[in-house]
Amino acid sequence: MSPQPTLDTGTAVRPPDNLTMAAALNAAIRDAMVDDPSIVLFGEDVGPLGGVFRVTDGLYAEFGETRVSDSPLAEAGIVGTAIGMAMYGLRPVVEMQFDAFSYPAFQQIVSHVAKMRNRTRGKIPLPIVIRIPYAGDIGGVEHHSDSSEAYWTATPGLTVVSPSNPADAYSMLREAIASDDPVIFMEPKSRYWSKAELALPVQTEPLNRAVVLREGTDVTLIAYGPTVKTALATAVQAVAEGLSIEVIDLRSLSPFDDETVGASVRKTGRAAVVHEAAQFGGYGAEVAARLTERNFFYLAAPILRITGFDIPYPSPKLEEYFLPTPDRILSALSTWEWS
Amino acid sequence: MSLNVESRSLTAVPAPPPLRLIDDTGHAVAESESGGFTLPALATLLGLYRQMVVARRFDVQVTALTRQGRLATYPSALGQEACEIAAVASLAPQDWLFPTYRDSIALLTRGVEPKDILASFRGDWHSGYDYPKHRIAPQATPLATQALHAVGLATASKLKRDDTVALTLLGDGATSEGDAHEAFNFAAVWQAPVVFLVQNNQFAISVPLDKQMACRTIADKAIGYGMPGYYVDGNDVAAMYAVVSAAMDRARSGGGPTLIEGLTYRIEAHTNSDDPTRYRKTADVDLWRNRDPIERLEKYLVAQGALTAEVRADIVAAAEQLATTTRDCMSEQAVIDPLELFEHVYSTPRAALAEQRAVLAAEIDGDAAASAALSSASNEENSR
Repeated sequence: MSPQPTLDTGTAVRPPDNLTMAAALNAAIRDAMVDDPSIVLFGEDVGPLGGVFRVTDGLYAEFGETRVSDSPLAEAGIVGTAIGMAMYGLRPVVEMQFDAFSYPAFQQIVSHVAKMRNRTRGKIPLPIVIRIPYAGDIGGVEHHSDSSEAYWTATPGLTVVSPSNPADAYSMLREAIASDDPVIFMEPKSRYWSKAELALPVQTEPLNRAVVLREGTDVTLIAYGPTVKTALATAVQAVAEGLSIEVIDLRSLSPFDDETVGASVRKTGRAAVVHEAAQFGGYGAEVAARLTERNFFYLAAPILRITGFDIPYPSPKLEEYFLPTPDRILSALSTWEWS
Repeated sequence: MSLNVESRSLTAVPAPPPLRLIDDTGHAVAESESGGFTLPALATLLGLYRQMVVARRFDVQVTALTRQGRLATYPSALGQEACEIAAVASLAPQDWLFPTYRDSIALLTRGVEPKDILASFRGDWHSGYDYPKHRIAPQATPLATQALHAVGLATASKLKRDDTVALTLLGDGATSEGDAHEAFNFAAVWQAPVVFLVQNNQFAISVPLDKQMACRTIADKAIGYGMPGYYVDGNDVAAMYAVVSAAMDRARSGGGPTLIEGLTYRIEAHTNSDDPTRYRKTADVDLWRNRDPIERLEKYLVAQGALTAEVRADIVAAAEQLATTTRDCMSEQAVIDPLELFEHVYSTPRAALAEQRAVLAAEIDGDAAASAALSSASNEENSR
């Protein structure tokens, strides 16, 4: 693992405040822009409106049109022009307004963002952050609740991360912006309004590391982004059933922190991965496969995936039936033979 | 049936004649027909002639090497030299060029060594030259994607208050792509210092332009984006140079983007694996061979007394020298290290990639025992 880069905290340390994840992300972009004049921000509605989730609130007023701008409504255009800007020494931070709205940019991301560094043998690095609000549980209409992470994690050349809490949101976004590699920064929409007491700037674990959020001895529950909260609730609920659950927040989907997760699985001997995305070919399949390959003889049971069903994301009145819940997770764990 | 091209030809407005400064017969057009553009100086035209002759020799040589099976592929630009050379000649040293796979002679003209151009066509690596040094982006394969990169780079130049302009080359087929539309629109909205040069060589592999679009010319589309568009005789290097240079100057002085269509023809097949006899007549190809951009300028220069036998001999010698260099570089074995496959994917090392690299290294060493040991190394903890 690479050493953790030290954030340039040219901005003053502020007194603790009760911050939402959206506010923490906003502060991360703002502080990064103060520290590094090569950072530019653009996308749909990120200017005067401050983004539909207000993540870029106030940045247009503070930095002006040169560094913060509304773009035409075209995602391939946003990512494609970000590539050209990065080639000329800027560090673009761009927003795909909603997960499913990133699909028009798929070709630019997969064929160029991910491959330019390799194609040019390192001569053209692309320090671009593509922010994607993703996942459901916000009552969104169709195309506003997709979990598309597996498309990106299946693409060599991309770094894919997802914070689950305000402190990580700040720290991970600062580190993503400072990275010389392109980063797909997936923001769980349902957690935008979650709060934490934070004194910014805050620095959490390095971007490429998973963390054990809650220690346990019987099961390793692996989650990221929106399902971390679900996993923690499951662990609390399981106590009454005499089950000790260790909860891991992956934070980084690509690269995968084999070291941290592997150590936990070897300790507990049982693991399950929880995500909102559909199961078949989903990210959980990779997690289960690589943990099994590397830790088979430590496992007392097959690794389970508790995920969204293999159906398109449902309409608002039906999403509660789709999303993994503590009850569904505990029922799945109860299918194991417990000797 | 709306897919029938014939059904709309009744209402289609015929295209105007393209702008030209030297006509098919090698004579300068009347000033009243020159669209306000001035014929470049003789010395400039002679320089363009030299570059076209050298570029064609390279193109012919590389096509021959491909037919001999020594290159994986080569998309030829034979017949399109006026567009390619005028584009490069219009660039200032600080400007960036965003080419496609068909624009190898543009790279050559901007100073990239033959061996570096051929690295990708030989299959050594996906691309093989020094991009920042030459200020040329990698040759784009996915159509029109590079146009957006050009707009982004041009916008960055504008944000930094630099005088760098980006020029991107596109084909006629590429203008059907959504990325082309987005690039034109972003450029116009952001007033980016970028020039789009569409080489209308009339075919997207086999599909003719009338199956790509229903408007008169590609240049006409410019008005819809709010930028100037020029429909130019792409086999007249004088006109191409005059129009592209003017567009570059305009972009440099804050005037925003320009869309230029050069009407030309792809004389060769799409690539060596294409069979153009299946979709076009030899007579059509012959017609365009007779509109050769090099012969046209040659007639003009000879008539002006600028192209003497001595000068011509010198140019031919330079072209032959380049052909020799190109053939010679094929016999040099490029150093290809399979382990480099893992080197450039990320700026920081990844543990999982290091493991895979070790597996490949062991395979290469031919050490079966080591290979087996390494592939099971990750399972070491399993043997409790």
